[in-house]
Amino acid sequence: MTVSYALLGLLEEADRHGYDLKQSYDRRFGASRPLRFGQVYRTLAQLQRDGLIEIAGLEAGAGPDRKRYSITPEGVTDLERWLSEPEDPQPHLQTVLFQKVVLALQSGRNAEAFLDTQRDRHLAVMRELTAARRTAALQDSLLADYQLFHIEADLRWIDHAAGRLETLAAEIQL
Amino acid sequence: MSPPMLTGAGLRKSFGPVPALRGAGLSIEAGEVLAVMGPSGSGKSTLLHCLAGILTPDAGEVIFDGQRIDRLGDAQRSRLRRTAFGFVFQFGQAVPELPVLENIALPLLLAGQRRRAAMATAARWLPRLGLDGLGQRLPGELSGGQVQRVAVARALIAGPRLVFADEPTGSLDSVAADQVMELLVDIARAERVGVVVVTHEARVAAYADRRLTVRDGHVAQRATVP
Repeated sequence: MTVSYALLGLLEEADRHGYDLKQSYDRRFGASRPLRFGQVYRTLAQLQRDGLIEIAGLEAGAGPDRKRYSITPEGVTDLERWLSEPEDPQPHLQTVLFQKVVLALQSGRNAEAFLDTQRDRHLAVMRELTAARRTAALQDSLLADYQLFHIEADLRWIDHAAGRLETLAAEIQL
Repeated sequence: MSPPMLTGAGLRKSFGPVPALRGAGLSIEAGEVLAVMGPSGSGKSTLLHCLAGILTPDAGEVIFDGQRIDRLGDAQRSRLRRTAFGFVFQFGQAVPELPVLENIALPLLLAGQRRRAAMATAARWLPRLGLDGLGQRLPGELSGGQVQRVAVARALIAGPRLVFADEPTGSLDSVAADQVMELLVDIARAERVGVVVVTHEARVAAYADRRLTVRDGHVAQRATVP
Protein backbone atom coordinates (compact mmCIF):
# COMPACT_ATOMS: atom_id res chain seq x y z
CA MET A 1 0.00 0.00 0.00
CA THR A 2 2.57 2.56 1.10
CA VAL A 3 5.01 1.34 -1.56
CA SER A 4 2.72 2.76 -4.23
CA TYR A 5 2.67 6.16 -2.56
CA ALA A 6 6.41 6.11 -2.08
CA LEU A 7 6.82 5.43 -5.80
CA LEU A 8 4.31 8.18 -6.64
CA GLY A 9 6.29 10.56 -4.45
CA LEU A 10 9.53 9.66 -6.16
CA LEU A 11 7.93 10.09 -9.57
CA GLU A 12 6.59 13.48 -8.54
CA GLU A 13 10.17 14.53 -7.95
CA ALA A 14 11.28 13.40 -11.43
CA ASP A 15 10.39 10.97 -14.20
CA ARG A 16 12.25 7.71 -13.65
CA HIS A 17 12.86 4.21 -14.93
CA GLY A 18 11.85 1.23 -12.84
CA TYR A 19 15.45 0.51 -11.94
CA ASP A 20 15.95 4.10 -10.82
CA LEU A 21 12.83 3.93 -8.72
CA LYS A 22 14.03 0.84 -6.92
CA GLN A 23 17.41 2.42 -6.20
CA SER A 24 15.88 5.64 -4.92
CA TYR A 25 13.31 3.79 -2.82
CA ASP A 26 15.94 1.55 -1.25
CA ARG A 27 18.20 4.48 -0.49
CA ARG A 28 15.44 6.47 1.19
CA PHE A 29 13.06 3.96 2.72
CA GLY A 30 14.37 0.48 2.21
CA ALA A 31 17.27 0.30 4.63
CA SER A 32 15.84 -2.76 6.35
CA ARG A 33 13.62 -4.01 3.51
CA PRO A 34 14.77 -3.27 -0.02
CA LEU A 35 12.16 -3.60 -2.78
CA ARG A 36 12.23 -6.57 -5.11
CA PHE A 37 12.17 -5.75 -8.83
CA GLY A 38 9.04 -7.82 -9.29
CA GLN A 39 7.31 -5.71 -6.69
CA VAL A 40 8.41 -2.49 -8.39
CA TYR A 41 7.03 -3.51 -11.76
CA ARG A 42 3.83 -4.97 -10.33
CA THR A 43 3.20 -1.73 -8.45
CA LEU A 44 4.00 0.38 -11.50
CA ALA A 45 1.59 -1.66 -13.62
CA GLN A 46 -1.13 -1.19 -11.02
CA LEU A 47 -0.49 2.57 -10.78
CA GLN A 48 -0.59 2.83 -14.55
CA ARG A 49 -3.89 0.89 -14.71
CA ASP A 50 -5.33 3.29 -12.13
CA GLY A 51 -4.25 6.27 -14.25
CA LEU A 52 -1.94 7.62 -11.55
CA ILE A 53 1.20 7.33 -13.65
CA GLU A 54 1.91 7.07 -17.37
CA ILE A 55 4.75 6.16 -19.62
CA ALA A 56 6.66 9.30 -20.51
CA GLY A 57 8.95 7.72 -23.01
CA LEU A 58 10.34 4.48 -24.36
CA GLU A 59 13.98 4.01 -25.10
CA ALA A 60 15.44 1.69 -27.65
CA GLY A 61 16.11 -1.81 -26.35
CA ALA A 62 14.05 -4.45 -24.71
CA GLY A 63 12.64 -5.10 -21.25
CA PRO A 64 10.58 -3.09 -18.78
CA ASP A 65 13.58 -1.03 -17.82
CA ARG A 66 13.31 0.94 -21.04
CA LYS A 67 10.12 2.64 -19.94
CA ARG A 68 10.35 6.02 -18.30
CA TYR A 69 7.40 6.73 -16.01
CA SER A 70 5.87 10.02 -14.97
CA ILE A 71 3.12 10.93 -12.50
CA THR A 72 -0.25 12.13 -13.85
CA PRO A 73 -2.32 14.99 -12.33
CA GLU A 74 -4.59 12.28 -10.85
CA GLY A 75 -1.50 10.73 -9.30
CA VAL A 76 -0.52 14.04 -7.70
CA THR A 77 -4.04 14.46 -6.32
CA ASP A 78 -4.03 10.96 -4.88
CA LEU A 79 -0.60 11.47 -3.32
CA GLU A 80 -1.71 14.76 -1.79
CA ARG A 81 -4.79 13.15 -0.32
CA TRP A 82 -2.73 10.35 1.23
CA LEU A 83 -0.17 12.78 2.65
CA SER A 84 -2.76 15.05 4.22
CA GLU A 85 -4.88 12.32 5.79
CA PRO A 86 -3.72 11.33 9.26
CA GLU A 87 -3.26 7.63 9.91
CA ASP A 88 -5.17 5.80 12.61
CA PRO A 89 -2.78 4.83 15.36
CA GLN A 90 -1.80 1.17 15.08
CA PRO A 91 1.26 -0.90 15.83
CA HIS A 92 4.08 -0.62 13.28
CA LEU A 93 2.84 2.71 11.99
CA GLN A 94 6.31 4.26 12.16
CA THR A 95 7.34 3.36 8.62
CA VAL A 96 4.24 5.04 7.19
CA LEU A 97 4.71 8.16 9.29
CA PHE A 98 8.38 8.30 8.37
CA GLN A 99 7.57 7.91 4.70
CA LYS A 100 5.03 10.71 4.81
CA VAL A 101 7.51 13.06 6.48
CA VAL A 102 10.22 12.34 3.93
CA LEU A 103 7.88 12.61 0.95
CA ALA A 104 6.38 15.86 2.25
CA LEU A 105 9.84 17.38 2.77
CA GLN A 106 11.28 16.25 -0.53
CA SER A 107 8.34 17.80 -2.39
CA GLY A 108 8.43 21.07 -0.43
CA ARG A 109 5.08 20.37 1.26
CA ASN A 110 4.39 21.29 4.85
CA ALA A 111 5.69 18.33 6.87
CA GLU A 112 5.03 20.14 10.14
CA ALA A 113 1.34 20.49 9.26
CA PHE A 114 1.21 16.79 8.54
CA LEU A 115 2.77 16.02 11.92
CA ASP A 116 0.33 18.41 13.65
CA THR A 117 -2.65 16.70 12.04
CA GLN A 118 -1.25 13.32 12.94
CA ARG A 119 -0.63 14.40 16.53
CA ASP A 120 -4.26 15.55 16.78
CA ARG A 121 -5.52 12.21 15.52
CA HIS A 122 -3.36 10.33 18.01
CA LEU A 123 -4.43 12.55 20.90
CA ALA A 124 -8.10 12.22 19.98
CA VAL A 125 -7.81 8.43 20.07
CA MET A 126 -5.94 8.65 23.38
CA ARG A 127 -8.76 10.71 24.82
CA GLU A 128 -11.35 8.17 23.68
CA LEU A 129 -9.35 5.26 25.08
CA THR A 130 -8.72 7.08 28.38
CA ALA A 131 -12.43 7.77 28.79
CA ALA A 132 -13.41 4.21 27.87
CA ARG A 133 -10.90 2.49 30.14
CA ARG A 134 -12.22 4.28 33.21
CA THR A 135 -15.47 2.33 33.16
CA ALA A 136 -14.00 -0.88 31.76
CA ALA A 137 -13.18 -4.13 33.57
CA LEU A 138 -9.48 -4.60 34.27
CA GLN A 139 -8.94 -6.87 31.25
CA ASP A 140 -10.31 -4.30 28.84
CA SER A 141 -8.65 -1.45 30.63
CA LEU A 142 -5.27 -3.23 30.35
CA LEU A 143 -5.85 -3.73 26.64
CA ALA A 144 -6.58 -0.03 26.32
CA ASP A 145 -3.38 0.67 28.29
CA TYR A 146 -1.43 -1.40 25.77
CA GLN A 147 -2.76 0.77 22.95
CA LEU A 148 -2.20 3.95 24.96
CA PHE A 149 1.47 3.16 25.52
CA HIS A 150 1.98 2.47 21.82
CA ILE A 151 0.25 5.69 20.85
CA GLU A 152 2.43 7.50 23.37
CA ALA A 153 5.52 6.07 21.72
CA ASP A 154 4.29 7.29 18.31
CA LEU A 155 3.65 10.73 19.80
CA ARG A 156 7.13 10.90 21.22
CA TRP A 157 8.48 10.13 17.80
CA ILE A 158 6.20 12.74 16.20
CA ASP A 159 7.46 15.44 18.61
CA HIS A 160 11.03 14.29 18.19
CA ALA A 161 10.74 14.39 14.39
CA ALA A 162 8.94 17.75 14.43
CA GLY A 163 11.95 19.25 16.18
CA ARG A 164 14.31 18.01 13.48
CA LEU A 165 12.50 18.78 10.25
CA GLU A 166 14.93 21.44 9.06
CA THR A 167 17.95 19.21 9.43
CA LEU A 168 16.13 16.32 7.82
CA ALA A 169 15.02 18.50 4.91
CA ALA A 170 18.63 19.59 4.34
CA GLU A 171 19.79 15.97 4.46
CA ILE A 172 17.14 14.85 1.94
CA GLN A 173 18.06 17.59 -0.52
CA LEU A 174 21.65 16.29 -0.65
CA MET B 1 -22.82 32.39 26.04
CA SER B 2 -21.29 33.47 29.33
CA PRO B 3 -17.78 34.92 29.18
CA PRO B 4 -14.90 32.59 30.06
CA MET B 5 -13.97 32.30 33.71
CA LEU B 6 -10.36 33.16 33.04
CA THR B 7 -8.76 34.77 30.02
CA GLY B 8 -5.15 35.64 29.39
CA ALA B 9 -4.37 37.72 26.29
CA GLY B 10 -1.19 39.03 24.68
CA LEU B 11 0.93 37.89 27.61
CA ARG B 12 4.61 38.73 27.46
CA LYS B 13 7.23 37.91 30.04
CA SER B 14 11.00 38.00 29.88
CA PHE B 15 13.58 36.85 32.37
CA GLY B 16 16.47 39.23 31.82
CA PRO B 17 17.10 39.32 28.08
CA VAL B 18 15.35 35.99 27.50
CA PRO B 19 11.71 36.18 26.41
CA ALA B 20 9.66 33.29 27.83
CA LEU B 21 6.26 34.50 26.62
CA ARG B 22 5.79 36.45 23.41
CA GLY B 23 2.11 37.26 23.31
CA ALA B 24 0.49 34.07 24.63
CA GLY B 25 -3.18 33.77 25.54
CA LEU B 26 -5.93 31.32 26.39
CA SER B 27 -9.38 31.10 27.94
CA ILE B 28 -10.99 28.57 30.21
CA GLU B 29 -14.62 27.97 31.20
CA ALA B 30 -15.99 26.86 34.55
CA GLY B 31 -15.70 23.09 34.93
CA GLU B 32 -13.41 22.75 31.93
CA VAL B 33 -10.18 20.75 32.03
CA LEU B 34 -7.61 22.32 29.73
CA ALA B 35 -4.25 20.71 28.97
CA VAL B 36 -1.35 22.98 28.04
CA MET B 37 1.36 21.02 26.28
CA GLY B 38 4.66 21.95 24.74
CA PRO B 39 8.35 21.09 24.76
CA SER B 40 10.56 22.08 27.69
CA GLY B 41 11.46 25.71 27.54
CA SER B 42 8.41 26.57 25.43
CA GLY B 43 7.02 28.89 28.10
CA LYS B 44 4.12 26.75 29.29
CA SER B 45 4.96 26.99 32.99
CA THR B 46 5.57 30.74 32.73
CA LEU B 47 2.14 31.05 31.10
CA LEU B 48 0.56 29.15 33.98
CA HIS B 49 2.37 31.31 36.53
CA CYS B 50 1.18 34.51 34.82
CA LEU B 51 -2.42 33.28 34.62
CA ALA B 52 -2.37 32.27 38.27
CA GLY B 53 -0.96 35.55 39.53
CA ILE B 54 2.31 34.00 40.69
CA LEU B 55 4.22 36.11 38.15
CA THR B 56 3.30 39.54 36.84
CA PRO B 57 3.41 39.67 33.03
CA ASP B 58 5.45 42.45 31.36
CA ALA B 59 2.54 43.07 28.97
CA GLY B 60 -0.91 41.71 28.22
CA GLU B 61 -3.79 41.08 30.57
CA VAL B 62 -5.34 38.38 32.73
CA ILE B 63 -9.06 38.63 33.42
CA PHE B 64 -10.68 36.47 36.07
CA ASP B 65 -14.43 36.73 36.59
CA GLY B 66 -14.55 39.94 34.57
CA GLN B 67 -11.80 41.61 36.56
CA ARG B 68 -8.19 42.36 35.62
CA ILE B 69 -5.96 40.56 38.04
CA ASP B 70 -2.53 41.15 36.47
CA ARG B 71 -2.34 44.64 37.96
CA LEU B 72 -3.30 43.74 41.49
CA GLY B 73 -0.78 44.33 44.23
CA ASP B 74 1.08 41.49 45.90
CA ALA B 75 -1.28 41.24 48.85
CA GLN B 76 -4.40 41.12 46.69
CA ARG B 77 -2.91 38.58 44.33
CA SER B 78 -1.82 36.46 47.23
CA ARG B 79 -5.36 36.58 48.65
CA LEU B 80 -6.81 35.64 45.28
CA ARG B 81 -4.45 32.67 45.04
CA ARG B 82 -5.51 31.54 48.50
CA THR B 83 -9.25 31.96 48.03
CA ALA B 84 -10.06 31.41 44.36
CA PHE B 85 -7.24 29.22 43.06
CA GLY B 86 -5.78 25.85 43.97
CA PHE B 87 -2.34 24.58 42.98
CA VAL B 88 -0.75 21.22 42.34
CA PHE B 89 2.94 21.11 41.51
CA GLN B 90 5.29 18.29 40.69
CA PHE B 91 7.30 18.36 43.91
CA GLY B 92 7.56 19.68 47.36
CA GLN B 93 4.14 20.79 48.38
CA ALA B 94 3.49 18.68 51.43
CA VAL B 95 4.93 20.16 54.62
CA PRO B 96 7.17 17.29 55.77
CA GLU B 97 6.72 17.98 59.50
CA LEU B 98 2.91 17.92 59.38
CA PRO B 99 0.80 14.75 59.29
CA VAL B 100 -1.29 14.06 56.18
CA LEU B 101 -4.53 15.31 57.73
CA GLU B 102 -3.03 18.65 58.67
CA ASN B 103 -1.44 19.02 55.24
CA ILE B 104 -4.85 18.58 53.65
CA ALA B 105 -6.50 20.98 56.10
CA LEU B 106 -3.85 23.68 55.63
CA PRO B 107 -5.81 25.95 53.25
CA LEU B 108 -8.79 25.93 55.63
CA LEU B 109 -6.55 26.74 58.60
CA LEU B 110 -4.90 29.57 56.64
CA ALA B 111 -8.35 30.88 55.80
CA GLY B 112 -9.02 31.15 59.53
CA GLN B 113 -11.24 28.12 60.04
CA ARG B 114 -11.26 26.58 63.50
CA ARG B 115 -8.85 23.71 63.80
CA ARG B 116 -11.42 21.12 64.83
CA ALA B 117 -13.74 21.90 61.89
CA ALA B 118 -10.86 22.04 59.39
CA MET B 119 -9.49 18.68 60.54
CA ALA B 120 -12.97 17.12 60.38
CA THR B 121 -13.39 18.32 56.78
CA ALA B 122 -9.94 16.99 55.90
CA ALA B 123 -10.78 13.62 57.46
CA ARG B 124 -13.83 13.32 55.20
CA TRP B 125 -11.50 13.54 52.20
CA LEU B 126 -9.35 10.55 53.18
CA PRO B 127 -11.55 7.73 51.79
CA ARG B 128 -11.97 9.57 48.50
CA LEU B 129 -8.19 9.82 48.24
CA GLY B 130 -7.72 6.13 49.01
CA LEU B 131 -5.84 7.21 52.16
CA ASP B 132 -8.15 5.80 54.81
CA GLY B 133 -6.32 5.32 58.09
CA LEU B 134 -3.23 7.23 56.92
CA GLY B 135 -4.23 10.66 58.27
CA GLN B 136 -1.64 10.66 61.03
CA ARG B 137 1.27 9.56 58.82
CA LEU B 138 3.93 12.03 57.76
CA PRO B 139 4.33 12.73 54.03
CA GLY B 140 7.74 11.01 54.06
CA GLU B 141 5.99 7.76 54.98
CA LEU B 142 3.74 7.84 51.89
CA SER B 143 4.40 6.84 48.28
CA GLY B 144 4.85 9.51 45.62
CA GLY B 145 1.36 8.88 44.27
CA GLN B 146 -0.20 9.15 47.74
CA VAL B 147 1.58 12.45 48.36
CA GLN B 148 0.28 13.82 45.05
CA ARG B 149 -3.27 12.80 46.02
CA VAL B 150 -2.78 14.77 49.22
CA ALA B 151 -1.68 17.70 47.06
CA VAL B 152 -4.83 17.38 44.93
CA ALA B 153 -7.02 17.36 48.03
CA ARG B 154 -5.25 20.40 49.38
CA ALA B 155 -5.74 22.23 46.09
CA LEU B 156 -9.48 21.53 46.14
CA ILE B 157 -10.49 21.53 49.80
CA ALA B 158 -11.15 25.26 50.13
CA GLY B 159 -13.54 25.24 47.16
CA PRO B 160 -11.45 27.11 44.55
CA ARG B 161 -12.89 28.18 41.19
CA LEU B 162 -9.76 27.15 39.30
CA VAL B 163 -6.94 24.70 39.86
CA PHE B 164 -3.53 25.18 38.24
CA ALA B 165 -1.53 21.98 37.95
CA ASP B 166 2.06 22.08 36.72
CA GLU B 167 3.30 18.61 35.71
CA PRO B 168 1.23 17.09 38.52
CA THR B 169 2.25 13.54 37.61
CA GLY B 170 5.79 14.30 36.49
CA SER B 171 7.50 12.12 39.05
CA LEU B 172 4.99 9.25 39.14
CA ASP B 173 4.66 5.86 37.47
CA SER B 174 1.71 5.44 35.11
CA VAL B 175 -0.66 3.73 37.57
CA ALA B 176 -0.11 6.40 40.24
CA ALA B 177 -0.40 9.10 37.55
CA ASP B 178 -3.76 7.73 36.42
CA GLN B 179 -5.04 7.76 40.01
CA VAL B 180 -3.98 11.38 40.49
CA MET B 181 -5.54 12.53 37.22
CA GLU B 182 -8.77 10.61 37.81
CA LEU B 183 -9.10 12.19 41.24
CA LEU B 184 -8.39 15.70 40.01
CA VAL B 185 -10.64 15.49 36.96
CA ASP B 186 -13.56 13.78 38.71
CA ILE B 187 -13.73 16.31 41.53
CA ALA B 188 -13.18 19.28 39.21
CA ARG B 189 -16.03 18.19 36.93
CA ALA B 190 -18.37 17.42 39.81
CA GLU B 191 -17.75 20.78 41.47
CA ARG B 192 -17.46 22.80 38.22
CA VAL B 193 -13.89 23.80 38.99
CA GLY B 194 -11.77 24.80 35.98
CA VAL B 195 -8.41 23.03 35.68
CA VAL B 196 -5.37 24.21 33.74
CA VAL B 197 -2.91 21.35 33.62
CA VAL B 198 0.54 21.92 32.20
CA THR B 199 2.09 18.68 31.04
CA HIS B 200 4.44 17.26 28.46
CA GLU B 201 2.77 13.86 28.76
CA ALA B 202 0.09 12.99 26.21
CA ARG B 203 -1.30 10.41 28.60
CA VAL B 204 -2.08 13.17 31.11
CA ALA B 205 -3.43 15.52 28.44
CA ALA B 206 -5.81 12.75 27.37
CA TYR B 207 -7.85 13.47 30.52
CA ALA B 208 -8.54 17.03 29.38
CA ASP B 209 -11.53 18.35 27.46
CA ARG B 210 -9.30 20.54 25.35
CA ARG B 211 -5.62 20.88 24.57
CA LEU B 212 -3.35 23.75 23.57
CA THR B 213 0.28 23.68 22.57
CA VAL B 214 2.78 26.35 23.56
CA ARG B 215 5.76 26.86 21.28
CA ASP B 216 8.40 29.58 21.57
CA GLY B 217 6.26 31.60 23.97
CA HIS B 218 3.11 31.51 21.82
CA VAL B 219 0.01 29.37 21.96
CA ALA B 220 0.58 27.56 18.67
CA GLN B 221 -1.77 28.24 15.81
CA ARG B 222 -2.54 25.07 13.96
CA ALA B 223 -0.77 24.82 10.64
CA THR B 224 -3.08 23.77 7.83
CA VAL B 225 -2.66 20.65 5.76
CA PRO B 226 -1.07 20.19 3.29
